[in-house]
Amino acid sequence: MNRVIQWVRNFLKYKDLFAQLVIRDIKLKYRRSFLGYLWSVLNPLFTMLIMWVVFSNLFRFDIQYFPVYLLTGQILFGFMSEATNASMLSITGNAGLLKKTYIPKYIFTVSRVTSSLVNLLLSMIALIIVTLITGVPITWRMLWFLVPIIQLYFFCVGLGLFLAQGSVFFRDLQYIWSVIITAWMYITPIFYPISIMPEQLQSLIKFCNPMYAYIAQFRDCILYGVPSGPNLYIAGIGWAMIMMTAGIWSFVKNQDRFILYI
Amino acid sequence: MIKSNLAVDINHATIRFNMASESIFSIKEYFVKLVKGQLMFQEFFALQDVSLQVEKGDSWGFVGTNGAGKSTLLKLVCGILKPFEGTAQVYGSIAPLIELGAGFDPEMTARENVFLNGAILGHTKKFMQEHLDEIIDFAELREFLDVPIKNFSSGMTARLGFSIATMVQPEILIVDEILAVGDYAFQQKCHMRMEKMLSGGTTLLFVSHSVDQVKTLCKHALWLEKGRVVMSGKSAEVCDAYIASKQ
Repeated sequence: MNRVIQWVRNFLKYKDLFAQLVIRDIKLKYRRSFLGYLWSVLNPLFTMLIMWVVFSNLFRFDIQYFPVYLLTGQILFGFMSEATNASMLSITGNAGLLKKTYIPKYIFTVSRVTSSLVNLLLSMIALIIVTLITGVPITWRMLWFLVPIIQLYFFCVGLGLFLAQGSVFFRDLQYIWSVIITAWMYITPIFYPISIMPEQLQSLIKFCNPMYAYIAQFRDCILYGVPSGPNLYIAGIGWAMIMMTAGIWSFVKNQDRFILYI
Repeated sequence: MIKSNLAVDINHATIRFNMASESIFSIKEYFVKLVKGQLMFQEFFALQDVSLQVEKGDSWGFVGTNGAGKSTLLKLVCGILKPFEGTAQVYGSIAPLIELGAGFDPEMTARENVFLNGAILGHTKKFMQEHLDEIIDFAELREFLDVPIKNFSSGMTARLGFSIATMVQPEILIVDEILAVGDYAFQQKCHMRMEKMLSGGTTLLFVSHSVDQVKTLCKHALWLEKGRVVMSGKSAEVCDAYIASKQ
């Protein structure tokens, strides 16, 4: 218990640094580009348009409001991919700072995930535009969109901490991870409906692919305006807790040895 | 010695480093090292059995040749490195000036870096806002406030770093020969500020290759050679012995 209090006190001491790091990431991302933050809206929009053209002409899936279906999946998956890739490099990339000043190391990782979250919230603007254009019925349920995003945020923090400490000792992880992300994208129903999968595979995906739980919850509130079933919450919250535990445990265990490897 | 009087208490500390040497010449050697666990880790002791007790308000200079372990000792005090054996305890707030541009992001402007660096030292944004003018004036960088640090000269970066770290009076000030880069006028300014802090009760840990600087600023000195303590005591005696051994 004492350790928890100590930890919270330490975090509060560095909360301004945390804010500074998040602002730094966001500022530097689009510095010296003409359209700046607008890219956070335009990028998902363009990707969605390409996928829409490809999938509504080449492969036909019978999905209502297909652009919104695509965009909801793609925004959340894009956030996970961006957040994990950025946080994986958060320790090695800040070697200069870590070698010369004492800062709690997890701050770098968590701030990277948080700046990706800000980016995600900016790309919600694209989603609003597409929702209005395609005429998806507007309901109060839509306000629930934060619930899956919060679960996903904690999932990504846990996964990010795990990857960040792993890549310090094992740099090959960054290359392996891009392969895993690609595979993960194809087993997540982003541009196809889960019903095209064989029955057994479906139930496997529903419980073992956390991204499914988050995207399905997100679509339930944005696209269908219905409350999600309990299974989705169990899977979503469960995975977030598992990842947080694994991430924090491995990070705390190894953090004192980082300096020798960066 | 009474514990509460100490600012830094290091007992028999040993620091292990990773040389991360990549001199592998053959596949056979690769596998031999892989099995021995030396592929990613080759140990090297940067400090061995070093003990140091610094009282509050005291000033210590560290002398020694390159690679003697002076900077490593400072990093141990800052908490950046953890001792492999032994203990290191620090009582009080630290302002570390370990290296040029420590805690700066080269892509960001001077103004943004002031806030980033202040946050690293544990100051709030509001506090930094109030002291921004003071920092910039001391560093004499007003025209360059919105220029990215990557376009600064090394002297300008050092001036900004020193000015931020010494803005408030820290309990322990750690300076690792960053003053060598500033011009003469700025060095004098830094000296004055450091002396003012010393008279105000700040503990100073100072590394310099200039033995004269150590003599004038520090009461005590520690002479390190290859990670071991050769001599410690009054700065004049230690410095003279150090100079004598080099001639």
